[in-house]
Amino acid sequence: MATEAQSEGLAFHPMDQFIVKPLFGGETVGMMTPTNVTLWMALTILAITGLFVFGTRGRAIIPSRIQSIAELAYGFIHKMVEDVAGKDALKFFPYIFTLFCFIVFSNFLGLLPKAFTTTSHIAVTAVMAIAVFLTVTIVGFVKNGAGFLGLFWVSSAPLPLRPILALIEVISYFVRPVSHSIRLAGNMMAGHAVIKVFAAFAPLILISGIGVAVTPLSIIAITAMYGLEILVAFIQAYVFTILTCVYLKDALHPHH
Amino acid sequence: MANTTHEAAETATEAVGHAAEAAGHAAESAGMPQLDFATFPNQIFWLVVALIVIYFILSRIALPRIGGILADRQGTITNDIAAAEELKLKAEEAEKAYNQALVDARAEANKIIAEARAAIQEDLDAATAKADAEIAAKAAESAKRIEEIRAHAVENVAEVAKSAAAEIVAAFGGKADASAVTAAVDTRLKG
Repeated sequence: MATEAQSEGLAFHPMDQFIVKPLFGGETVGMMTPTNVTLWMALTILAITGLFVFGTRGRAIIPSRIQSIAELAYGFIHKMVEDVAGKDALKFFPYIFTLFCFIVFSNFLGLLPKAFTTTSHIAVTAVMAIAVFLTVTIVGFVKNGAGFLGLFWVSSAPLPLRPILALIEVISYFVRPVSHSIRLAGNMMAGHAVIKVFAAFAPLILISGIGVAVTPLSIIAITAMYGLEILVAFIQAYVFTILTCVYLKDALHPHH
Repeated sequence: MANTTHEAAETATEAVGHAAEAAGHAAESAGMPQLDFATFPNQIFWLVVALIVIYFILSRIALPRIGGILADRQGTITNDIAAAEELKLKAEEAEKAYNQALVDARAEANKIIAEARAAIQEDLDAATAKADAEIAAKAAESAKRIEEIRAHAVENVAEVAKSAAAEIVAAFGGKADASAVTAAVDTRLKG
């Protein structure tokens, strides 16, 4: 073991965990090739089904533990949509809840050792962010017609400032999906990469004397990072969802 | 000592070499795997599939069910609270009725006591009156008898005085005139 580690040295491949690989061998990743993305998304679906369908099959007035977790999640997002975006946004609740569930379950499943974190990929988060962006924009125009443009016209500002503010508002509006998606993917990727970097230092004790100090430190660092990542996994799902609600509020009630 | 340092240095060089190699490898796959655009169609395809599946599972099965459960629970709680409110009202009513009954019973008892007292008083008054009457009658009778006895006694005294006077007159050798003696005695007795 020691010789093997020595011969390999320290292996720094913090980004290897994000490589999309075909599940059943082969090199090319076609559009419908079953890859590790497919596997982990399927696991996400299974976990969601397990919690929200099998967990609630008792339909108990006094809930079981799993049922109360499902109810808690439902109540949490339901209240968030209602409080942030208003009562008329509740018809988007299943849509927002789907995004929240997918993100939170992907984030947590990604924390399992050897897991692949689908939400660390900008392709995944960008699709969701663009979907939110398009939904919000379309809803805004359908509900308010041209009045939706009032979102960019800050009527409470002094008149000379308004065109400038409008320009800034338009830019910030189009930057939304970018920040929305990069925030999530960046957070997930960074945390996992940092854990991997610390993990690469851990076997140093097998190679050189300095490892006596470095190895315990790196293990402690991994543990601490892992704890932080658990927090981040939830918070980023929460942030993504609440921003979706905020954007939806802008679309339904564009007047400041 | 020198040996160890040498070894460490060697390891470090090796590590650097591997890192460089890794970097080279990563560079081969376009740096970050996130920016490997060749995998985008795959990821997006599976993401869309996953999201649609999740959406249908949640919106068709899970969310209506959980919403139903929560509504049921809310209904049950509301009903229970209403029932509790009703029972509380009933209990208050029962307490009121109980208090009323208590007050009534107390009043009734007072009334009965007053009646009994009045009846007893009446009986007592009647008995007292009867006793008074009896006592008065008995007193009158006694007075009458005393009067009779007294009259009788006076009569006897007169009789004795008359006969004694007659005897005395006889003893003195006279012949007592009965009517004169009687008149004399009567006069003396009256005097």
